[in-house]
Amino acid sequence: MLNLLWILLGSYVVGILLPLCLPRRPEVQSLAASAPAIVATSAGIVLGLLGITSSEPVTISLASTIPLLAFSIRIDPLAAFFVLTISLVGLAASIYAIGYVRHFDGRASVPVLGALFNGFLCSMTLVVLADNGIFFLIVWELMSLLSYFLVVTEHEKAEVRYAGLFYLIMTHVGTAFIILTFLILFYDSGAFSFEAFRHPKQPLPEGMRTFAFLMALIGFGTKAGIVPLHVWLPYAHPAAPSHISALMSGVMIKTAIYALIRVYFDFLGGQFPWWWGFVVLFLGATSALLGVMYALMEHDLKRLLAFHSVENIGIILLGIGAGMIFQSYGLKELAALGLLAGLYHTINHAMFKALLFLGAGSLLYATHARNIDEYGGLLRRMPWTGVFFLIGAVSISALPPTNGFVSEWLVFQSLFLSYQLPTVFLKLMLPIAAAILALTGVLALACFAKAFGISFLALPRSAHARHAEEVSAPMRVGMGLLAAFCLVLGVAPMVIVPLLDRVIAPLAGISIEEKVLAMDGWALAPVNVEFSSLSTPVLALLLTGLALLGWGLAVVFGGRLRTRHYKTWGCGINLTPRMEYTATGFVQPIKRVFSTVYQPTVKLETEFLHESRYFVKRRHFEFHIEPIFEKYLYNPLVAFFTTMADRLRVIQAGSLHLYLTYIFVTLILLLLLAV
Amino acid sequence: MLEAIFLVVAQVTSLLAVSPFLVGLIRKVKARLQLRRGASVFQPYADLAKLFRKQPVISTTASWVFTATPYIVFASTLSAGLLVPTFISQTPMNFAGNIIALVYLLALGTFFLILAGLDAGSTFGGMGSSREAIVASLTEPAMILSIFAIALTNGSTNLSTIVQKTALLEGTVADPSPHLMALAALFIVALAETGRVPVDNPATHLELTMIHEAMVLEYSGRYLALLEWAAGLKLAVFLSLIANVFAPWGIATTVAPAAMMIGFLVYLAKTAALAVLIGVIECMFAKLRLFRVTDLLGVAFILGLLGLLFFYILRS
Repeated sequence: MLNLLWILLGSYVVGILLPLCLPRRPEVQSLAASAPAIVATSAGIVLGLLGITSSEPVTISLASTIPLLAFSIRIDPLAAFFVLTISLVGLAASIYAIGYVRHFDGRASVPVLGALFNGFLCSMTLVVLADNGIFFLIVWELMSLLSYFLVVTEHEKAEVRYAGLFYLIMTHVGTAFIILTFLILFYDSGAFSFEAFRHPKQPLPEGMRTFAFLMALIGFGTKAGIVPLHVWLPYAHPAAPSHISALMSGVMIKTAIYALIRVYFDFLGGQFPWWWGFVVLFLGATSALLGVMYALMEHDLKRLLAFHSVENIGIILLGIGAGMIFQSYGLKELAALGLLAGLYHTINHAMFKALLFLGAGSLLYATHARNIDEYGGLLRRMPWTGVFFLIGAVSISALPPTNGFVSEWLVFQSLFLSYQLPTVFLKLMLPIAAAILALTGVLALACFAKAFGISFLALPRSAHARHAEEVSAPMRVGMGLLAAFCLVLGVAPMVIVPLLDRVIAPLAGISIEEKVLAMDGWALAPVNVEFSSLSTPVLALLLTGLALLGWGLAVVFGGRLRTRHYKTWGCGINLTPRMEYTATGFVQPIKRVFSTVYQPTVKLETEFLHESRYFVKRRHFEFHIEPIFEKYLYNPLVAFFTTMADRLRVIQAGSLHLYLTYIFVTLILLLLLAV
Repeated sequence: MLEAIFLVVAQVTSLLAVSPFLVGLIRKVKARLQLRRGASVFQPYADLAKLFRKQPVISTTASWVFTATPYIVFASTLSAGLLVPTFISQTPMNFAGNIIALVYLLALGTFFLILAGLDAGSTFGGMGSSREAIVASLTEPAMILSIFAIALTNGSTNLSTIVQKTALLEGTVADPSPHLMALAALFIVALAETGRVPVDNPATHLELTMIHEAMVLEYSGRYLALLEWAAGLKLAVFLSLIANVFAPWGIATTVAPAAMMIGFLVYLAKTAALAVLIGVIECMFAKLRLFRVTDLLGVAFILGLLGLLFFYILRS
């Protein structure tokens, strides 16, 4: 396993250096960046699988002369699972990048992009492998900074610079809270190694544990994009090049999920009061619902996808939150089930969200437009991209028999099994969370029916869409790979569940593989066969068989009929794209029904012809939804800090002598305190 | 194994055979209440046969999604039908999915119908799709909550298990109030999901009101036949669900031929009774304005929630 680790790290280093050393030929440079990444991610996939299945965690540590810091790595099943997820998405993104980065030639430096891409993948892998608090913080910071540089690839655009700055500030606020979490854990263990966090010399007092819980939730929650800490996500993710967006949305935000599980179940030993789980569950439900609701109103495809990441992080947290509640009541099987559902959704979301972002990248590549109202009819022009995007859309809408359905179904089961809890309050809250999840699921369906329907179906809505062409082979392979994973993860849960069980068993202290898999693995029957069961392979067979039956019935009753093709009836005039439903029109009923959340403002200006008011010259329509969190939470905060900074300017005169005095005074005060 | 295959075939056949009859029955009831004679209850069978023999016309704007959708909708609705007990309480496909799977299988059909509505590029299709999206979003939470209240009483979310347990139960459920709430909620959900008055009007082609009809407006020939059949199947699925979960009387609990015969006749009678009820409701109520539908579905959601609340309060 260690050999694989060296291959992985070595390839990434090659991938960082090689593109920078080569002559200025974009094809060569992009290949020089992608080839090492492909080797590294392939090694990562094998490493992940081996790490999950091996019985003992593998550790390696390089000591350093800096106190408390050790460059130590530990490959345990949880870390290995995330290495696997990162590498699977990374592999597809690297293949995709061969074709995609050409798009940036002349606008950004292709070798720098390639080097940063490799560095970003490497830092993410190290984040989940790190076994020392300070080392973790270093690679975490590296991950944040590299992704910041990738976000501002197109820094000539003002909105990209704004997105970058927003992201940089938010991620550092998050890091501050993470440092606090580690300091609390350090407080009693006296060391920064994760081993010491796991086994502190004396147990942390209750108050400190609660503090650690909250700090970790805010710190990692910022990276994960939990509402209300999600505001940076719809700016930063769309601004990056699409294969980077795929990595950021697909896997980078998952490193926060990894860290949360690591802190709560590993460092704090899975010992916590029920309300911790409830807080996570509540935040999960809020993120899921608000994420999808804001996504619905979004017509910029990449921003829409970014909001869906907020939604899916919410769904993952619903599983984990339920697991935490069960854990606090000692219902170990159910706790394991909740975690299993959350982790299953983690890998699934990585697959379909990366697929959709790569699809969005292909559309951007082919049309140079991001607004879905400028697409239309692309399924004919780009058949492969269309099919892959459709698979992604069906998966994220959690429709059977795809992977999104399996994991959402598992989340539903863990919420329903709440009837075993002792308090009525929780017994009611978990099914309500299930109802919110149901609403989220259907709204996601509506959103992706909109995204796919408006982009790929009917007539092209702009010249860009009319002249679009299918993307190159590497880009199709990258998307195809992820689409295949989506289907396999859906119809073969019997392969995934045992792996997940190995990841969860050490955390929940119980193996539930036999309890979850029934009928030789053909069906999932979480914890109790009688309560619920699901068999996606059988559903897939049924759907295929019955569709064939429908075809057979048509042949039997109607014989072989020639189909006639004719233009759509346009009420007497020729159909034009302007008659089609737009994305704005499509979501109008939803906007109206949920107007309490959206608080939409509509502006309609009409200019009439000078001669008569019966003839309209021009109409201008715009609508905005109230950015509630930015307006009521962030703007006051920013205003507060700006005022504070202004006030503090008084003591910052810029004189060196004055600063030296400050230092001297502080030193004296500290010495006095020490005595 | 052989028995399971027989039961699957029997269930598919019975659903396919019964569903047009239920549609015809509702139309007949409406006609009689409106003092018309109306077409025969078997008219939908003739309609289907006619549509299958007609040459389909497909829009030049449409893509393969448009032609694939009828098959997907047909298959997903029928698969959902296999998860619900009809004339026998133990469905062989019980293990393949529970109530959540049923909801999401139906959602698969809805998803593709919404896409097909957009595909031809006409405004009507888009209008239908957009409205279907909002109605579907509001019905599903209500459906999941209401069925969960019943699931709790029986300790299962698999429909066949629920029905079997209720059918074998002597007498009645200890406390019926959660069930009554759930029944009311599920009935409203059924009206909304199958596109009935007061949510949608299956008999209209007026752009101000239609939802489902607007989405399938561009379809013709065998494609329309499959979609009409699928719509009938969806109605049959919901009626079977309501009939058998709340009143599993007479349902066959063994594979004995006599029991199955009786089971089938009773099933026919129960679903027919519900179809008559729907016909009466369609005559008594006006279609609600789209933005009033939210209130109705809100009521269904609250009823489901109350059912749940009653269950826990009465238990503790």
